[in-house]
Amino acid sequence: MAIPAASVALLEAGHRLVCGGDWSVHGIAGLRARLDKLSWAVGGELVIDFSQVTRLDTAGVWVLHHIEAERAQHGQTVRVDGMRAEYAALQRLVESRAPQKIAPLKVHAPGPLVVLGYHAWHWFDQTRGMLHFVGENTVALLRALKSPRHLRFRHILSNIQQAGFDALPIVGLLSFLIGMVIAYQGAVQLARYGANIFIADLVGHATLRELAPMMVAIIVAGRSGSAYAAQIGTMKVTEEIDALRTMGVSPLELLVLPKLIALMIALPLLTVFADFTGVLGGMLVASTQLDVDPYTFLDRFDDAIKVSTFLFGVGKAPVFAMIIALVGCYSGFQARGSADSVGRQTTISVVQSIFLIIIADAIFSVVASATKLGMR
Amino acid sequence: MKREPVIEIEHLVTRFGDTVVHEDISLTIERGEVFAIAGASGCGKSTLLREIVMLMPLYAGHIRVLGCDIVHLGATEAARLRRRWAMMFQGGALFSGLTVAENVALPLREHTDLTPDDIVELAHIKIALAGLPADAANKYPRELSGGLKKRAALARAIALDPELLFLDEPSAGLDPLAASGLDELVLSLKESLKLTIIIVTHDLDLLWRVTDRVAILGDKRVVGLGTMPALAESPHPLVREYFHGPRGRAVGVLHGNQG
Repeated sequence: MAIPAASVALLEAGHRLVCGGDWSVHGIAGLRARLDKLSWAVGGELVIDFSQVTRLDTAGVWVLHHIEAERAQHGQTVRVDGMRAEYAALQRLVESRAPQKIAPLKVHAPGPLVVLGYHAWHWFDQTRGMLHFVGENTVALLRALKSPRHLRFRHILSNIQQAGFDALPIVGLLSFLIGMVIAYQGAVQLARYGANIFIADLVGHATLRELAPMMVAIIVAGRSGSAYAAQIGTMKVTEEIDALRTMGVSPLELLVLPKLIALMIALPLLTVFADFTGVLGGMLVASTQLDVDPYTFLDRFDDAIKVSTFLFGVGKAPVFAMIIALVGCYSGFQARGSADSVGRQTTISVVQSIFLIIIADAIFSVVASATKLGMR
Repeated sequence: MKREPVIEIEHLVTRFGDTVVHEDISLTIERGEVFAIAGASGCGKSTLLREIVMLMPLYAGHIRVLGCDIVHLGATEAARLRRRWAMMFQGGALFSGLTVAENVALPLREHTDLTPDDIVELAHIKIALAGLPADAANKYPRELSGGLKKRAALARAIALDPELLFLDEPSAGLDPLAASGLDELVLSLKESLKLTIIIVTHDLDLLWRVTDRVAILGDKRVVGLGTMPALAESPHPLVREYFHGPRGRAVGVLHGNQG
């Protein structure tokens, strides 16, 4: 727009202020700083000449209001000249509604001890809330098992499809690649000792015991756990959860149990699939890098890997599933009030479930090595 | 006042797939008037509003706003045009992660070169102009009642002193007292800020109280256009239905019109 920005000039030894240009919110940038630099007179009368102002809006009137108030403090009487009649109403409005000074929210940085205490309390509170949530779900599950009508099989099936079946391609591909990577890394070391055949032991143990269940859990936490948190969080914010409660439908029963049951079924199955593609990846590398052909590989695999190893890996999956479903849903229920908070809770759900999955996995390893479970 | 069209709609056609929403709508809105688009639910009045403010593409026809043809508008011109109008959404659409003051300050911060201090002070003026109590400024939208939320949304809409103000269902979800308070506020702001106001509503009370002219949509077209008293006399069956239902008659009588 071609209107020049607001201009001010102080004439007649500080007794006449000539204003011009665009006194709108787009034109008054820096105007107040310029006004402060003018050499104002003290006492007497100040005439503010507004006849050359081409545009005026609330922001401009507000600046004018400031000049008047400030000059009045310096003992000058102020008169405004040449104000167009159409702006009179605006002037009256701004003057009548000029706000009292509002103190901005005081933000004082808390000391380190306060921060520590806050975080400690927060974690304690979260853990308590989570335990509470687990308890509530257990009760809901027991009630549902007593009258299977409450189990909502259709929801469970559709959840199995979304979290399980639809994840097959990505789980298969990633675990295939991980199997290849493990075999590559092992190939160099094993070839040095001429122990090529032990590639089957390496790939089998690593994939079946650790990598496949872990990979699947992490993928599903990112894929489905986050979706659970976002869905429930949005429903919470839009009062849909409250609507369910007033209808006498338990949100846990409708939203959490089907996801929990579905994941506990889908995750072990996905893990079996990941075992399969992972070993396939390792077998491929074994035959190209180590001259161990698939027959030999499988022969050795059969000798080296016990069924208990396989079961140990698959057995971890339901635990991981529980963590993902409960943490995801719990984070969703923690959303409060705004879109912001839904986003935050979604992030928290993924970070916390992966964190807890790794901790659970570590516990499994410790317990397994103490009890020689699934080792030999 | 000099007649100057600010919005011209010519032969507008809207369709979603096979469903025709508007079929040849033409309207002209003059500067300085309070113009309402009314009609029964589902008649496409909100859709029309969304098309005017460039939230939805047109199927056919032309809309000119403040002299710009919005169908053939480049990105920079569109951005410039958007700064000259403001819209108040039905639910307020306040940013839930920001306080009321921050909500109002957002357009100022985005579109002007003012210093942060000036922006804060201007935002507080707008909040006061919208009739909000001073302590509402530092509250989050979820802490406000429905009426105050609408006022906060209005404060944000007038942050840049727009030429056009679009109100989508301003009285929806408000108790009668809060609704009439908001009406009066809108009228007083219109006088002082020289606004042209376009309202989408089905609130007959609001139509009688504040509008200069009303377009009634029905059957995919404009079935009635004019002042409220004139429309109340209209012989068109859809308009009669709209005005002479039980509630319409009660409101009409209240406003001195024997339906």
